[in-house]
Amino acid sequence: MIVAKNIHKSFGDKEVLKGIDFVFEKSKTNLIIGRSGAGKTVLLKALVGLIAPTKGEVWYDDINFYNLTIKEVRKLRNKVGMLFQGNALFDSMSIEANVKFPLDMFTDMSEKEKLKQVNSVLDRVELEGVNNKYPSEISGGMQKRVGIARAIVMEPEYLFCDEPNSGLDPKTALIIDDLIKDITDEKEMTTIINTHDMNSVMEIGENILLLDQGKVVWTGDKDKIIKSNNKFIDDFIFASPFLKNMKNKAFGLKNK
Amino acid sequence: MIKRQFYHLGEYVLWLRKVFSRPEKFKMYYKETIRQIDEIGFGSLKIVFIISVFIGAVTAVQLSYQFGDSLIPVYYIGYALREMEIVELAPTITSLVLAGKIGSSIAAEIGGMRQKEIIDAMEIMGVNTQAYLVLPKIVAAMFSIPMLIILAAALSIFSGFLAAVTFGDFIPSDFIKGLTSFYDSYTVIIMIIKSFFFSFIIVTVSAYHGYFVKGGSIELGKSGTKAVVYSDIFILVFDYLIAQLMMG
Ligand SMILES: Nc1ncnc2c1ncn2[C@@H]1O[C@H](COP(=O)(O)OP(=O)(O)OP(=O)(O)O)[C@@H](O)[C@H]1O
Ligand SMILES: [Mg+2]
Repeated sequence: MIVAKNIHKSFGDKEVLKGIDFVFEKSKTNLIIGRSGAGKTVLLKALVGLIAPTKGEVWYDDINFYNLTIKEVRKLRNKVGMLFQGNALFDSMSIEANVKFPLDMFTDMSEKEKLKQVNSVLDRVELEGVNNKYPSEISGGMQKRVGIARAIVMEPEYLFCDEPNSGLDPKTALIIDDLIKDITDEKEMTTIINTHDMNSVMEIGENILLLDQGKVVWTGDKDKIIKSNNKFIDDFIFASPFLKNMKNKAFGLKNK
Repeated sequence: MIKRQFYHLGEYVLWLRKVFSRPEKFKMYYKETIRQIDEIGFGSLKIVFIISVFIGAVTAVQLSYQFGDSLIPVYYIGYALREMEIVELAPTITSLVLAGKIGSSIAAEIGGMRQKEIIDAMEIMGVNTQAYLVLPKIVAAMFSIPMLIILAAALSIFSGFLAAVTFGDFIPSDFIKGLTSFYDSYTVIIMIIKSFFFSFIIVTVSAYHGYFVKGGSIELGKSGTKAVVYSDIFILVFDYLIAQLMMG
């Protein structure tokens, strides 16, 4: 569980986050959604500690993140995995070396044990026979999978994903979404995903936070979205008048 | 403008302090250091070879031209060549050239990692990125560059000798007498001290510019340029300071 308490962030005199309170639950895919520029990336980076908030607290279970010393942060981070929008793979290392890197750096496992663990996570993301390839030699969807494999190789308790399916076709995006959700269930991780992809919202939206101009304007899950009559949800999910009409007809709601 | 320079100097010092932390895994740092020695040390052999041969030859020709018909004894030219190469030319010129070669590539490598969020990715894993990305390079440079500079000094003295006896009217034994006269190992110590300072400057100044790069490919290019320019400036400033302190 990760809890955001009254998080504010300003760049200069521009306030990007205006007091975010939210509980990201364990064993669930928690989604941060919102229009472009709403502050999703800034919030995700504040949660993970890449951008320090101007005000507010972030709790990882019973740990107050911004009270930790740098050493304690590094220790906590062995339990954190993150999938980056651009994958952030080491381009001069093979896929195997990429996934193995955290194990090399932080564990005392033998080479054999490490390779076993690497192959087991590569297996889990359904990537086989690419161990000796380089990131530039595989497709975007495969790079995403490698990113996921590297993020989960240390068996983290917390997983962060920044736009996991940007740049993927809808079908591949869905497969990646399902993969993240299944792994979240299996490993009982607290997973936080930042997305503006409506398909993901409807597929894996178990606990959703809708941001608009740095404020939480709606929370709930995917089932609640369908029935909601919230202006911001309508604007975001049912952006086209066609969809909005269809939803409102189906549920007998009035067009707003 | 001046204020910004001081700001950067302060940032640089604070950043350096994080570079010197205990490695998470000694083996990983060791592996990276070996890779960097290969890159920085062996990778620079060719260019060091070429510049030293030319600098030595040019210096010898220049000295012969200036002193050739004067009252100064001929063997003095060999002596002057040796002193110039050891104290100034080999360490400084080699380092200025290496700043261009190694510095720009370090800034581009680390800056590219920053822009592709690879540094963030490492931070999230718990890696001390300042230490892991910079410390092995410092060790590798401070190991390789002094050796390259000793090599450069030897090569340039030898090529100066060849140029002088081939194209000037020197008797080799005269020149050799000059090369071996008044030898004081203190000059070699100055050369080695300089080369330690210059290696440290090249790596840390360049890595600093890469580490904090923002924006896109234009900024990445600029960070490479700044890495070289500031390394060069620092090298010259320290060249002067060391000369002042040790020989003044
Ligand atoms: N480092 C920064 N300095 C100044 N302003 C920033 C910085 N990072 C983000 N912002 C501003 O904060 C706002 C929110 O940005 P953010 O990247 O969080 O949006 P987002 O919701 O992730 O959008 P997208 O869906 O397009 O990725 C934007 O207006 C952006 O200009
Ligand atoms: Mg974003």
